[in-house]
Amino acid sequence: MTQFNRRTMIKIGGAAATLPLLGSRAFAQEKLKVGFVLIGTPDDNGWNHGHDRGRQEMVDAIGADKVETTVVTNVPEGPDSERVFRELAQQGHKLIYATSFGFGDYVHKVAKMFPDVKFEWATGNATAPNVSLYNAKFHEGRSVIGTISGMMTKTNKIAYIGSFPIPEVRMGINAYAIAARKANPNVTVKVVYVDSWFDPAKEADAARALIDQGVDIITQHTDGPAALQVAEERGIVGGFGQGADMSAFAPNAHLTAIIDRWGPHYIKSVQSVLDGTWAEGSVWDGLASGEVEIGPYNAKIPADVVAAAEATKAGIIDGSLHPFAGPIKDNAGAERVAAGDIIDDGEYWAVDWYVEGVEA
Amino acid sequence: MSTELIIAIIITIAGAATPILLAALGELVVEKSGVLNLGVEGMMLIGAVITVAVTLTTGNHLLAVVCAALAASLSSLIFGVLTLTLSANQVATGLALTILGTGFSALFGQPYTGKDVPLLRSPFPPELATDPIWRVLFGYSPLVYFALIMVVVVWWFLQKTRAGLILRAVGENDLSAHSIGYPVIGIRYLAVAFGGAMAGIAGSCFPLFLTPQWVERLTTGRGWIALALVVFAAWRPFRLLAGAYFFGLMMIFEIYAKTNSAFRVLPSEFWAALPYLATVLVLVLISLRREGSTAAPACLGKPFVATG
Repeated sequence: MTQFNRRTMIKIGGAAATLPLLGSRAFAQEKLKVGFVLIGTPDDNGWNHGHDRGRQEMVDAIGADKVETTVVTNVPEGPDSERVFRELAQQGHKLIYATSFGFGDYVHKVAKMFPDVKFEWATGNATAPNVSLYNAKFHEGRSVIGTISGMMTKTNKIAYIGSFPIPEVRMGINAYAIAARKANPNVTVKVVYVDSWFDPAKEADAARALIDQGVDIITQHTDGPAALQVAEERGIVGGFGQGADMSAFAPNAHLTAIIDRWGPHYIKSVQSVLDGTWAEGSVWDGLASGEVEIGPYNAKIPADVVAAAEATKAGIIDGSLHPFAGPIKDNAGAERVAAGDIIDDGEYWAVDWYVEGVEA
Repeated sequence: MSTELIIAIIITIAGAATPILLAALGELVVEKSGVLNLGVEGMMLIGAVITVAVTLTTGNHLLAVVCAALAASLSSLIFGVLTLTLSANQVATGLALTILGTGFSALFGQPYTGKDVPLLRSPFPPELATDPIWRVLFGYSPLVYFALIMVVVVWWFLQKTRAGLILRAVGENDLSAHSIGYPVIGIRYLAVAFGGAMAGIAGSCFPLFLTPQWVERLTTGRGWIALALVVFAAWRPFRLLAGAYFFGLMMIFEIYAKTNSAFRVLPSEFWAALPYLATVLVLVLISLRREGSTAAPACLGKPFVATG
């Protein structure tokens, strides 16, 4: 409930009085200031790179005469990020993108203080009148690379290097394991969490340890190509780019990549702020709308594997194949999803178990 | 567990231990002279970015390592001028050096991001390293062997040479060393420059054999682990060697505890925390053993101003 007191009434009156003045200035000359808060740097060749590329696409499409962007890099997911959001809002940014899950609490705090500033929280799970969510169904891409992994592994041991056990990462692992085991029921997926979105040395060490234990395909849900480089060095079957094409780092090991394309969403959402039509909401698209793309296939992947991967992709796009279609058992053997049922978008966030074949 | 897995684990541990060993050896000499330089992480980053730049432009790994050592050493001299000549606070200046190194490397490294750095492989013929048993002896990057040699060199220098004795004297009692005519400030400059060079070479390890690429903050806190290691080792080179491999072992055990049921006797978080728990334990043991004194050099962190 909103309570009015004298002070707010005066404020509202004052704001209304200056509105015509401000309005004409804003529409005639002022560019829309848009802030991007990144957990790493755009040169990570992964997650942050994807967001920055989306930002550039947005500026190109909207026009540098209408929009001005500020990118704040290396912002840790902690209380300090609140200061960053507050500062951006104070400097007149009217639309602020928080590009990581861990910024959520701070975005909501600052959003309350600046009701006229719009916030968008990537991969988040709670909206407010001026906080929207946007996300991509990366797990759809995981189904495609899971199919490739299941068909190409020789040791039947594949691995997944994760950052933190949050819903998004856990469901990526589940989608990957389900698809891999559909292609090859003998496959097991070893999971390692490195407790960071960015720690190349630890990711590389994890990759080495996994390869030493017989794993021959590694995929990762962290922000860089460190694990792929180890895959290349050790000459295993391969790995996958995450967020962006990483084939430059591992020309032989890079089988394909799950590529994030945030550009279309950024264009739409910035345009809606310019038009004054922005509204609280949640966007969660995947392969079908092009938010998630599968990169080019490595030439060493056999034609039947490429065909199976393409069939998985086509099935997800036309809706005939769901990444989480039952029957699904968890890794303790209990049936969690009955045949004919699926884990839908609402249930997705509550899953706290791993599917059969996952060693975590 | 098979022999091959054990050997593979040993090789991975050596890789993880080498950068912290190199950086900690340099810092040990610095601290033995009575100076506390908290800028290790920054100097490592400078070393790492220079290594990437030189390797990508010239293709010469040795030149890259030498340039990394020189550049990091030069950056440590900024710390030297501030703390030794101008008697600034060493803790604050060291932290500033880390911030400077982080910023400088990010700026300087921009043109080199997104590029694959050629690995610095074992100097021995590849046939020697293909056999799993021989791999444990011959399968490492040259910097791994260099770090082991430097342990002996630093020990020999500190314990067996006159110059090492003078350096320790300066760290234990700068006023006495000064009063019998030793150039305290000059000796500390040399120690700081050596510490910088070693941190730079430690930084080289990342692009040359651990993570062959450049990204901002590539060393992700390994410099701070090196600082803890010096304390853990109670300022002794051979204990430092054991400590570096112990720290490396724990880093790798943490991963194995997550992937291999044979290692799951204790939770992975325990292995991750163990190096720091062990450091605290060592500090407690040291202060229990020698009443009223620690193993730290007596003048550690105190500015020296010559009087009279």
